[in-house]
Amino acid sequence: MGDFWAIYILWLRDLKRFWYDKSRIIASFGQPILFLFVLGTALSPSFSGPGGINFSEFIFPGIIGMTVLFTAMFSSVSIIWDREFGFLKEVLVAPISRWSIVAGKTLGGSTVAMLQGTLMLFFAPIVGAKLSFLIILESMISMFLIALMITTLGIVIAARMKEMEGFHVIMNFIIMPLFFLSGALFPLDKLPSWLSILTRIDPLTYGVDLLRYVMIGVSEFPVMINISAIFGFIILFFAVAVFEFGISD
Amino acid sequence: MTAIQVINLKRKFAQFTAVDSISFNVEEGEVFGFLGPNGAGKTTTISMLCTLLRPTSGSAIVSCFDVTHKPTEVRKNIGIIFQDPSLDDRLTAEDNLKFHGYLYHMDPKDIKERIPEVLNLVELYDRKSDFVRKFSGGMKRRLEIARGLMHRPKILFLDEPTIGLDPQTRSHIWNYILRMRTEHKLTIFMTTHYINESEICDRIAVIDQGKIKDLDTPANLKQKYGEKTLEDVFLKITGREIRQQEGESSWMQWMRRS
Repeated sequence: MGDFWAIYILWLRDLKRFWYDKSRIIASFGQPILFLFVLGTALSPSFSGPGGINFSEFIFPGIIGMTVLFTAMFSSVSIIWDREFGFLKEVLVAPISRWSIVAGKTLGGSTVAMLQGTLMLFFAPIVGAKLSFLIILESMISMFLIALMITTLGIVIAARMKEMEGFHVIMNFIIMPLFFLSGALFPLDKLPSWLSILTRIDPLTYGVDLLRYVMIGVSEFPVMINISAIFGFIILFFAVAVFEFGISD
Repeated sequence: MTAIQVINLKRKFAQFTAVDSISFNVEEGEVFGFLGPNGAGKTTTISMLCTLLRPTSGSAIVSCFDVTHKPTEVRKNIGIIFQDPSLDDRLTAEDNLKFHGYLYHMDPKDIKERIPEVLNLVELYDRKSDFVRKFSGGMKRRLEIARGLMHRPKILFLDEPTIGLDPQTRSHIWNYILRMRTEHKLTIFMTTHYINESEICDRIAVIDQGKIKDLDTPANLKQKYGEKTLEDVFLKITGREIRQQEGESSWMQWMRRS
């Protein structure tokens, strides 16, 4: 019971910080807008997508996946800040279990990332994507699953990082490759085999593919493969994260 | 009743013995001062008593529970004011207290009632909705004390609670702490570098190089060493040589290791 409240309050903390910091919510639209409208418009004439969809519409789920990726990753990497500026101590000395700390942080970061991704749906009419209540609901569930996967991965990384300097390393060697290899910006079916293999190792690939299926009805892999892969990654990353947090002294 | 019982407590880091088989008792309701130069083993000892660091050998019973075997029970019964700030400054004062209440399994109704109580104690009630990042160093410290008392601990650990604060704030902070002690029979275990502040302690232990050099009441210590102030007693026991200054507090080092 105590663990339940601990998870709740760690979740609420991330939500409150998200809500209080409205400038950050607005700022995080900047990059997706550039991709969606500049890149989307520029490459549209030379793109022939499956079922006659235009390039903007094709990359729309990918750009939402990117938004979720960035928000979820930053949220879990904030553990490094908490370590540096002390709040993590307050959590670590509380009479709560280690797994509930990881669970609270994961749920908090994932909810925030899902909300940020959902806000992106406001651009749907501009890119020409059709939305219904069911599509919005399914998209939100997909975003939440992607976010769970990325947040737990972020915690695994953050638990090993002791210094803020490591942040740029995370940005360049984890976030950007995850994004570029995920098929967010290009179809996965005509790739040379070396690139094809890399895209299949990227956890985000399955998330973007699921989101693309839900939003515009095209996908590279069957839905069950996507969902199974996502759950597999979540369980794996969560277990490693709990293990890492369990090691004290 | 004994609040803290320490028996041959030892902690080694690789080759270095930070705390070397120390033993002492702290009685319930006592204000116990733990003094020593930098690197003497103060924070390592506190970390072990607060279940943040496992002893290499020996044992410590805090509030009737063993720190190695019943860490969760120990944590429920103690409050800690850290040497470095540990508030979430992106949240309000009230948020920070509420979060603490939930982390310590308090009843939501109890949390609501308790927040004004502890905020009034440290005279911050009118700032409850302000973000902590707008607070001065002294206000943050007062808020941390309020937070440490939120869950009604039986023992309060204070690791340099007045460091970097002006004399006015320092005297206020000691007033709150002493009031808590008389009103709630709180046991207080504190470290400080302002040696003369430890006049308020019932007993003082002086630790150096991981060993307890002496343990007695302030009056007895002054008499024994023939000095007028505790500062002089402290210098007599530990010598006048400057210790190697730590670049950062031991808490931070602990955080990095974990």
